[in-house]
Amino acid sequence: MSALLNKKLLPFYATVAVFIAIFLIGGAMYNNFLSMRVLGNILADNSFIIIAAIGATFVILSGGIDLSVGSMIGFVGVCMAVLDSMGLDPLTTALLMMVFGFAFGAFQGWVIDALDIQPFIITLAGLFLLRGMCFMVTINSVPITHEWADLYSDIRIRLPGNGLLRSSAIVMLISLAAAIILAHFTRFGANVYAIGGDKESARLMGVNVRRTTVLVYAVGGLFAALAGVVYALYTKSGYPLAGTTLELSAIASVVLGGTLLTGGVGLVAGTLFGGMILGLISTLIIFNGSLNSAWILISSGVLLFAFMVMHRFLVGSFGLRD
Amino acid sequence: MAIMKANTAGATRIAMRGIRKAYPGVLALDDVDFELHGGEIHALLGENGAGKSTLIKVLTGALQRDRGEIMLDGEPVNFAKTGDAQDAGISTVYQEVNLIPAMTVTQNLTLEKTHGRFGFISWRKARAQAQQKLDRLGLKVELNRTVGSHSVAIQQMIAIARALDDDTKVLVLDEPTASLDADETAALFDVMRSLKAKGIAIVFITHFLEQVYEVSDRITVLRNGCKIGTSLIGDINRQDLIAMMIGRDLGEVEEAFAGERRDGSGEVVLTAEGVGRKRVLAPFDLTLRAGEVVGLSGLLGSGRTELVKLIFGALKHDSGTLKLANGTAGNNPRASLDAGIVLCPEDRKSEGLVGELSVRENIILSMQAKRGWLRKVSRAEQEKIADEMIRALAIATPDGEKLVRQLSGGNQQKVVLARALASSPRIMLLDEPTRGIDVGAHAEILTLIRTLCEDGLALLVASSEIDEVVASSDRVAVLRDRRKIGELTGEDITRDKIVTMIAGDNL
Repeated sequence: MSALLNKKLLPFYATVAVFIAIFLIGGAMYNNFLSMRVLGNILADNSFIIIAAIGATFVILSGGIDLSVGSMIGFVGVCMAVLDSMGLDPLTTALLMMVFGFAFGAFQGWVIDALDIQPFIITLAGLFLLRGMCFMVTINSVPITHEWADLYSDIRIRLPGNGLLRSSAIVMLISLAAAIILAHFTRFGANVYAIGGDKESARLMGVNVRRTTVLVYAVGGLFAALAGVVYALYTKSGYPLAGTTLELSAIASVVLGGTLLTGGVGLVAGTLFGGMILGLISTLIIFNGSLNSAWILISSGVLLFAFMVMHRFLVGSFGLRD
Repeated sequence: MAIMKANTAGATRIAMRGIRKAYPGVLALDDVDFELHGGEIHALLGENGAGKSTLIKVLTGALQRDRGEIMLDGEPVNFAKTGDAQDAGISTVYQEVNLIPAMTVTQNLTLEKTHGRFGFISWRKARAQAQQKLDRLGLKVELNRTVGSHSVAIQQMIAIARALDDDTKVLVLDEPTASLDADETAALFDVMRSLKAKGIAIVFITHFLEQVYEVSDRITVLRNGCKIGTSLIGDINRQDLIAMMIGRDLGEVEEAFAGERRDGSGEVVLTAEGVGRKRVLAPFDLTLRAGEVVGLSGLLGSGRTELVKLIFGALKHDSGTLKLANGTAGNNPRASLDAGIVLCPEDRKSEGLVGELSVRENIILSMQAKRGWLRKVSRAEQEKIADEMIRALAIATPDGEKLVRQLSGGNQQKVVLARALASSPRIMLLDEPTRGIDVGAHAEILTLIRTLCEDGLALLVASSEIDEVVASSDRVAVLRDRRKIGELTGEDITRDKIVTMIAGDNL
């Protein structure tokens, strides 16, 4: 509505602009790049990262960080696969794992607030713990064979221009919609922004910091577990090393999406574009064919660096936090 | 005047009786009574540590009292937490503006105050609610802008708007004008007056005396945890008010030094010419001589601490020159230390001492730093120095190995002095050397200051207690509104003269 509201959204607009720019550059360089088919594939291939990143957005908005996301994805995957081999159907196991993710996250959040320990170190402990548990469950790659898994991967919505919206992408977009409502239209969402903006003020304004922190990490854990479910069903297997370092990609997606790492400023919708930008870069480099895959990481690193510098500049110029 | 009187005659809203609150080692409130009437602006005054904040926190349920009772409209009340006080109609706006800068005005005004179904927020309803709150104060603020994009004054108003509900009976404003300019302050006062007209009782905490006279109906003065008195504003002049705030009968100590002032014939060790810093302290001249105590007197916020920090270099001066007997002083603490200047800061717990280290280690700290870390002071030497200091300053500790945090306030202050002395300084700057110290230790510290001086040290002592300044100084520099307004020497150093200077010529 006003110019200043727009300024607050500048990082988000920048993200969308960068996404469109990279997409157009790709289109200029390669035939068939600028198509709904490529877009649909990027959505599907990156859906689990984006789902995890949506959860991480809440954690980062609250001024925290969650490093246990990647291990959660791996742990959920091997549990899904092993339970599948024991005859449980994917829907039941998925629900079980999401309850587990919620509870695990809630516990991390409780420790962080009640014992006043940095989230970095607590969730790092979570990272080690869950990864270790992956190997306790199985050390092999275990296939998921239940017929519902096949049914799930056959779900697709046709898009104009020969594009496909696969099941993972559909789950991701539904999660995104739910997350947007949670962030922007509930008291919980407002409280997350408040404690990320200024925890002490929020406390004095009547926000229950303990409950909000517990819920933030619980939501983070829930989305991470859902990401694990989507990943397991997408690859139709569980593998104890799956999702390694994925927490960092999730954080990168959130930051590229315009959310300040210091908390309090950002949009859940931005995370979608942040994740898509990372996906676009790898697709571009794969399209090139001659470039080493190391370039995916290099260009992601450069982009992330440039974005952080831009953030610092924006925060400084418009006093977003003061 | 007649209208004012009529307003103050409102019914008693709050009556606090015999309130006592002790922290370990400190009696923050000692049998304090406080009464607040509907439709009055009641200024609560006192220096730092007088107990204003504690009294307010006890009233609003942020702290639990040890003893005493609180009546709201004649009914005894007990607030276990701030939310309870809020529900009972007592709202507080704390000193630091407590809002979330990155969130919009609507979000700030309605955070945890919306009542949607299943925790959902209807922003349409929230905006209406926010608008209603702004209208109550007649504020014109765009709801969708972030709070951080508004001036501090507007933020202050928004914080007040947030605190007010239809059933608010009491509004507590803790230093609301601290960061406002004259126009903004006037606007705030208009709001305060209109709230008063609606029958709301306002507690106004401030250290600006002009503002007290401008807006309040009654005043209550606290000093050192005790209530000194309550008065209608029309019944008390500025001099009496200042005397209430910073007077303290030192009895014997004062007598002991009366008529014993030195004439300032010692060697000049430091000269400040036009030293100042924009928005901090107007340029001032000051000389310090060996064997002389210069007292710094002024109200809270007059620039006492700032002057001391400017001389030490902890604050950089941007005008004038600072000269030492042996050349120009550096504009930073390191150079000052090398030149033999030490500062004993106001807040000894966080800036002056390391509580987890022993008395000996604290005493050696500055000396070791000055010698450089490579030339370690041997253990035997450390013990010798520590023992000497403990004896010389009569620090009450069994030996040098006791942890500093286990000492009483007075003895901690002595350790601060010992540490400074161990580095053999030529100039000592003491900021509030007697804050939070009981009467006995108080006299001892003052005696110590006089003795140090006889050994040829130059001392600059900033103090909020006027009688302390009168008792210990050979010369007194008086500050008002971040400006040095004059110096008193010899016979002129009396409590009345200082109070008159601080009060200004206009009264």
